[in-house]
Amino acid sequence: MINLSGISKYFDKAPAVDEISFQANEKEILVLLGPSGCGKTTTLKMINRLIEPDRGSITINGQDIKEQKPENLRRGIGFVMQHSGLFPHYTVEENIAVVPTLLKWDKKKIRNRTMELMEKLHLAGQLLTRLPQELSGGQQQRVGIARALIANTPILLMDEPFGALDNITKADIHSEFKSLEELKNKTIIIVTHDIQEAFELGHRICLMDKGKIVQIGTPKEMLYKPVNDFVSDFFASNRLLLEHKIALIKDVFPFITKDKFGDNIISADASVWDVMQQYSGQNKDLERYDAISKAFNAYRKTQLS
Amino acid sequence: MNREQNLWQFVVEQHEKLLSQIVQHLGLTFLSLLFAILVGVPLGILISRRKKFASAVLGIAGILQTVPSIALLGFMIPLFGIGATPAIVALLIYALLPIIRNTYTGITGVSKTVVEAATALGMNSSQRLFKVELPLGLPVIIAGIRTAAVINVGVATLASFVAAGGLGEFIFGGISLNNSNMILAGAIPAALLAILLDQTIALLQKNSFRSIKKFIWVVPAIALLCIICYLKPWKSKQQFDIGFTPEFMGRQDGDLGLRDVYGLYLNPKIVSDAIMYKAAFEGDLDIISGYSTDGRIKAFDLVVLTDDKKIFPPYDAAPIIKTQTLKRFPGLETTLDLLAGRINDSVMTDLNYRTDYLKQSPEKVAKDFLTHSGLYQSPRNGDGATIRIGSKIFGEQYILAEIYKMLIEGNTPYKVETKTGLGGTKICFDALMADGIDFYPEYTGTGLLVLLQPDLKTVARVSKDSKKTYDFVSSEFVKKYDLKWLKPIGFNNSYALMMRNKQAKELQLKKISDLKNHLDKK
Repeated sequence: MINLSGISKYFDKAPAVDEISFQANEKEILVLLGPSGCGKTTTLKMINRLIEPDRGSITINGQDIKEQKPENLRRGIGFVMQHSGLFPHYTVEENIAVVPTLLKWDKKKIRNRTMELMEKLHLAGQLLTRLPQELSGGQQQRVGIARALIANTPILLMDEPFGALDNITKADIHSEFKSLEELKNKTIIIVTHDIQEAFELGHRICLMDKGKIVQIGTPKEMLYKPVNDFVSDFFASNRLLLEHKIALIKDVFPFITKDKFGDNIISADASVWDVMQQYSGQNKDLERYDAISKAFNAYRKTQLS
Repeated sequence: MNREQNLWQFVVEQHEKLLSQIVQHLGLTFLSLLFAILVGVPLGILISRRKKFASAVLGIAGILQTVPSIALLGFMIPLFGIGATPAIVALLIYALLPIIRNTYTGITGVSKTVVEAATALGMNSSQRLFKVELPLGLPVIIAGIRTAAVINVGVATLASFVAAGGLGEFIFGGISLNNSNMILAGAIPAALLAILLDQTIALLQKNSFRSIKKFIWVVPAIALLCIICYLKPWKSKQQFDIGFTPEFMGRQDGDLGLRDVYGLYLNPKIVSDAIMYKAAFEGDLDIISGYSTDGRIKAFDLVVLTDDKKIFPPYDAAPIIKTQTLKRFPGLETTLDLLAGRINDSVMTDLNYRTDYLKQSPEKVAKDFLTHSGLYQSPRNGDGATIRIGSKIFGEQYILAEIYKMLIEGNTPYKVETKTGLGGTKICFDALMADGIDFYPEYTGTGLLVLLQPDLKTVARVSKDSKKTYDFVSSEFVKKYDLKWLKPIGFNNSYALMMRNKQAKELQLKKISDLKNHLDKK
């Protein structure tokens, strides 16, 4: 559990982060979202002391982070950077092994853990001896994630982790990311300016603007209970898509007209968007598509009221 | 004398000396480079960590770099005496700037993202330095070392001025002795060494850090070997420390004569005459070659050992000038002859003493002398053609050039330009022949042995007596070069062996033969 209270950071007397407080719960993915310059990256970097706050305090599991040496604190927190931040003079294997080497793990243990992560992140074994510049952007980012995961830290901080990737690669990595068992036990804070990514990955979203938190809540709360116009305007252009994505089949299930649907079982945890997407491609599924669409509209009314 | 000798023959004949000079040269270069790396890299790291010191440190290193190398060597002598130490310190100072600067830019040039990643992964400051910043900055740092190495190979030629050896012995000896083969035998290997070192280091630089990791130790190993070879001879201590100028080393009326005629086989260090006297005074050297009218003999209480077997021929000073130049400037010869016979040995020694020791300017010394001897005339500020006076690079010649300048300006309508400090005999003489200068004061002995180089019999015949030597060179110069020797100024600045008065008295040495006997006894 990570707790920030009353955190401020000034650059040249102008506040980059202004009196913010929030909490990231155990095993939660919290997304810091906002336009560029809103202070989200600064906030993230204060958690592993890459930047020291001017005011306020940060605790992890109740312990003030200033009580540890910064190196030791950082070795206990995974960190993924925007442009992978891999060491150009280290091979993939050496890059992944940086933290365990600092922690003086034995070689065999490092090797086994590396192989395990390579497999989980769909990286081919022959990449181990390559240098980062010989990898594609997606591969580099996966290696960056492997490097952050290797030491089994309970906390993972990610600074625009997929920001440099093209949309197709990004979509692949998103789905892999969500299915990674490794991540299910971690408290993760992700910084992004990509609204879709925030909704795709975040359990909760913390929307920031001009160094302050505007609203913090679940994706659903962001769309259906915005605290002000800034929040609703911020999501306006993607709204329909986002609504379809966050509504799950189990949410709309009560509104489905069963006779039209037959016995087709669909996953209750799939999003309305994904199912409609699947049905939209086939003429034979037209009726089912309609049924879901209607059900979603009915569900939506209940949410907006 | 092998006058027809070509470069290859010279190299074959002198290969032992050449090899030892190359080893010395490399030893000097590497040793200074090693120290420069030991000082420069940590300094570069320091200023990359504390940036407020960066401009100050780089500024100071930059200023040191701009001090002319000869001057820097000069500063080193009072601090470190002569020999390897001052040379290495001076070279170190020269190598510092490129090494500090490149270490600084190498480290600060490492991508901010990568450094942040290292920090974020939990590296502390020194882990970051050794695992990330230094390896990634290494190509730039090596480039700095490469620049420093090439600079040092060049500057190390000057080490021979302070008896530190190296290829400068051949180069400066050759310039003094009018021996092109000798110059080339020093200059070509020096240039080759620079190229070789440059390319070897470039190889290290181009290959990535990973691929050279395994055999990177080879380069320091070679460097270390050269350093050891260089330092070894310095340990042996002989009874006398002997310092000769490069010129003296190669002359019949120098080290060669000492061997042939006196049977005196000394093991001298090569040293510049600019510092030789002081080194003798301070006890860094015991026996030096020098000039008999040098003011520093008086200043430093040295004594000349009598040349009892007459190997040093007379060196009567007189201006030499092209006969056609004399025609072009009517009245010039009479003006120059005003000085004929006016300066004897003791007067010259005194004039030299004033510049060398009392630090009076040559202008002042010249003016005082002319005023005192009634020759001084205020400059006419005429608008005639310009006469260019040359001088070699030692005190006496500066004074003579000034005296002639004042004489010409006071007695003729001509303007005067002085071109002083023209290295050795060869440079002055070549400048005269190429009309770069109109005249300069030369010495009969030099004219005989360095410029004319007749066979040994002729030398033996004419060099026993001042007048014979003068007559011989005057007639030969007219024939050979169309150059005229004007009337002698009056002093004889011959070569001489000298030592501290006190030591000479203690050992009861008066003549060169005494020295020979003294050494044989031991």
